Amino acid sequence: MRLKCEHVWNYISDYIDGSVDAQLRDEIEKHLEHCEICTAVLDSTRNILVLTADERTFELPVGFSERLHARLAEELVGHTAGGDADSSAEL
Amino acid sequence: MSAEGDLIQRILAGETELFHDLIRPCERMVYLTALSMMKDEAEAEDATQEAMLKAYRALRSFQGEAKFSTWLVAITLNECRRKLRIAKRATFESLDEGGTEYEGEFTPAVLTDWREVPLEALERKEIRQAVVAAVGELPPIYRQVFTLRDIEELDVRETAEVLGLSANVVKVRLHRARLLLQKRLAPILKAARTGRRRFFWWSTT
Repeated sequence: MRLKCEHVWNYISDYIDGSVDAQLRDEIEKHLEHCEICTAVLDSTRNILVLTADERTFELPVGFSERLHARLAEELVGHTAGGDADSSAEL
Repeated sequence: MSAEGDLIQRILAGETELFHDLIRPCERMVYLTALSMMKDEAEAEDATQEAMLKAYRALRSFQGEAKFSTWLVAITLNECRRKLRIAKRATFESLDEGGTEYEGEFTPAVLTDWREVPLEALERKEIRQAVVAAVGELPPIYRQVFTLRDIEELDVRETAEVLGLSANVVKVRLHRARLLLQKRLAPILKAARTGRRRFFWWSTT
């Protein structure tokens, strides 16, 4: 079966995550060998994911950590860590 | 017991100062989670502080079934939802877990004459700023999933758990988020490559 570009686009995210089955992966790779359009889609998407995962892209505000720990320090003085059910996450 | 588990036991036993060490590796993750909900940096920072305080007060209830960082992310999401409810902003930007899926086509930018973008171009500040802006402009239901999966690198199961979604919905939303970002950013990446070549040409004449 020869895949159409639209079909490849539908699976581009799963393909990047390695969560397509072996047969579909082979079909996508055969398609990519001759399709510049889909190769560009895949390549540019990967570029974007590299950028978003890079810690330099999303930086903490200047002084963020100092302000956070100063606020925590106020709480920690005289308050033991507890079991406040209202604050807990439901996991 | 893990080093993390040991720290938690010592904090609960009274060494409260160790809470600073416990949360330090999670600061960025918690802040970016808050930012994905609040969008505004100052509000995200405030929500981060509140979430960390709540985590401290609730530390005894942490069961160790999830990772501590995932537990913190869940507390942060709850804190942001609380703040948004108070601000009544949820009316304008639905953050409900069920979240209405967006209709319409999710197709990538189709670019001809694409060439590999060199690392130097990707590292330019304006490219990073464009990426931050594009993520910020994603519809909230896609921005949350994208932030947890592709910025904070939680796996599908963890993302589904903290957002109260099925794994399949997480995958669909992640796919759409990635395509929306590709559509928005790929032309900018392509132009960055072209711009670099032009700059190189100018600089050699």
